[in-house]
Amino acid sequence: MAISVKSESPPEVAGERRDDGVFVLNLSGTWRLDRNQPDYNPWRRLKNDPIPSRIVISGRGLEQWDSSLLIFLRGIQQVCPPKVAVELENFPPGAQALLRLARPAAPAPSPAKLSGLIQVWRKFLDDTRYTLEFVGGLTLALGRLLCCRAYFRATDFWAELQECGPAALPIITVISLLVGTILAFMGALQLKLFGAEIFIADLVGIGMVREMGALMTAIIMTGRTGSAFAARLGSMQANEEIDALQTMGIAPMEFLVLPRVLALVLMLPLLTVYANLLGILGGGLVGVVLFDLTPRQYYLQTVNAVTLSAVFSGLIKSVVYGVLIAFSGCLQGLRCGRSASAVGDATTAAVVHGIVYIIVADAILSIVFTLMQF
Amino acid sequence: MVAKIDSAVHIDVAGLTMAYGANLIQRDVNFTVRRGEIFVVMGGSGCGKSTLLRHMVGLLRPAAGRVVYNGASFWDADDGQRAALLRGMGILYQGGALWSSMTLSENIALPLEAYTSLSASQIREVAALKLALVGLAGFEDYYPASLSGGMRKRAGLARALALDPEILFFDEPSAGLDPVSARQLDDLILSLRDGLGVTLVVVTHELASIFAIGDNSIFLDAAGKTPIAGGHPRDLLENCRDARVQCFLRRGELKE
Repeated sequence: MAISVKSESPPEVAGERRDDGVFVLNLSGTWRLDRNQPDYNPWRRLKNDPIPSRIVISGRGLEQWDSSLLIFLRGIQQVCPPKVAVELENFPPGAQALLRLARPAAPAPSPAKLSGLIQVWRKFLDDTRYTLEFVGGLTLALGRLLCCRAYFRATDFWAELQECGPAALPIITVISLLVGTILAFMGALQLKLFGAEIFIADLVGIGMVREMGALMTAIIMTGRTGSAFAARLGSMQANEEIDALQTMGIAPMEFLVLPRVLALVLMLPLLTVYANLLGILGGGLVGVVLFDLTPRQYYLQTVNAVTLSAVFSGLIKSVVYGVLIAFSGCLQGLRCGRSASAVGDATTAAVVHGIVYIIVADAILSIVFTLMQF
Repeated sequence: MVAKIDSAVHIDVAGLTMAYGANLIQRDVNFTVRRGEIFVVMGGSGCGKSTLLRHMVGLLRPAAGRVVYNGASFWDADDGQRAALLRGMGILYQGGALWSSMTLSENIALPLEAYTSLSASQIREVAALKLALVGLAGFEDYYPASLSGGMRKRAGLARALALDPEILFFDEPSAGLDPVSARQLDDLILSLRDGLGVTLVVVTHELASIFAIGDNSIFLDAAGKTPIAGGHPRDLLENCRDARVQCFLRRGELKE
């Protein structure tokens, strides 16, 4: 830190034993972090001699110094047994003051560490408990909503509706059209072997309406909206905004979670209907352009193939998906810690859990509908 | 600029105008900070104190004027020189601004890994030393989230000290600290200045701290959007005739 611009000599340590049994270390040169530090341990030098009563470190020859000097001195202090006194002589007052500051205080309690397996088990119990609490809280909030006693702002609900519905139309349009064309194309290559291209309409229609429309919409909305819920509520948690709501007597479950769940549950079926139509349109384009079907043929075949129960099975699924997406997004958001990395973790967890919930629900519902011959 | 450079002048801010788009924050800000001095930037809330700091450390580009370090103008320098200047600065942000995904020791190690050729064990030692300097010895493996606000702030200071900077910037160092911790932080600032010989620029409106550590100061006025006074804080208290400054320095109790 000194400002002199003399030619710099390398840092050096010279040790000598005085006649009175005191061991003297003379430090000299310029001590800077970006240079090599002398590797010096007085005990290596002293191993065969009797232990000195004290060690005197002299800084008379020092030119410039920075943290590296302090590190060296601390190192000496640490390797000396407690009964040997270490004294500093002729050191710049600044260095002495800093060294006093850096004197180790009472050791800090080490962060609690549990073994891996116990940690996993604890986390699992914690997660389960919190999820159950959240389910309970959400149910109670819905109950209060039915009694018209839940409190949230209409403007928030409106903004969420906007965000979950119309704002998602562009991406839903693109993805659904493409999914429709992919379905049609994959099916058509096989059907063509039997000269049964007309059944492209059945394949695309039933495939979209029963399964792909709801599923693709749900997965898009998990990435788009579920993650946004988690990030928004997570940063509110990090910023103590949720605490502020709670202390004001406003339940976050009603004020923040309900409008989001409701908005997504209302909008996801609508988006699914839209996705179904566009998927069928995409399939139709493939059929008409590449496989010589007429639009009218394709339309009539689709209308015949797609039953009302198929449409409803897709819509029922989409309602369930909507609940699950909003659920995992809001749960992770409210559970978030108070730091930037915690918000990132919450968002990741919201999307991962959301997608897993959707796929599991899809499997269960498909089996149930099949058994019910719905 | 071939003008003779006074080697004692460390930072020179000349004709600085700060604005967000068309929204003027402060104009005609002029001051110099001498080497080893503790310079206080004060003023009421919203007057642009922190904005001034952000202009000095390169986060915001001035609308007009210059910020000169050791004779080198920050905004006229090329990217390499600017990076070198920044390496000589340590900044303590208001909330500590520790990277939450890293332990304290990793927070301090990051600049050392990026800018020095120290070995991993040396870096570990430097981190331990810096944490010990701010009274956090033994907290190397803690994550910022598990610390109190005051500890986070001190850890932020340890990180600002990582590269042995020549200039330290503090944004509201005592905000959110209890009086005893605030006092300890002031003492720490003084001993760092005396020990390392660093130049300090402190943005604060904490009166006790202004009088305890300030060697020189500038007072930014929110209404007039320009500095209205400067000098040693005690001098200002005794000799400045401006009612706004007196009001600020006496917590609104004007002397008759």
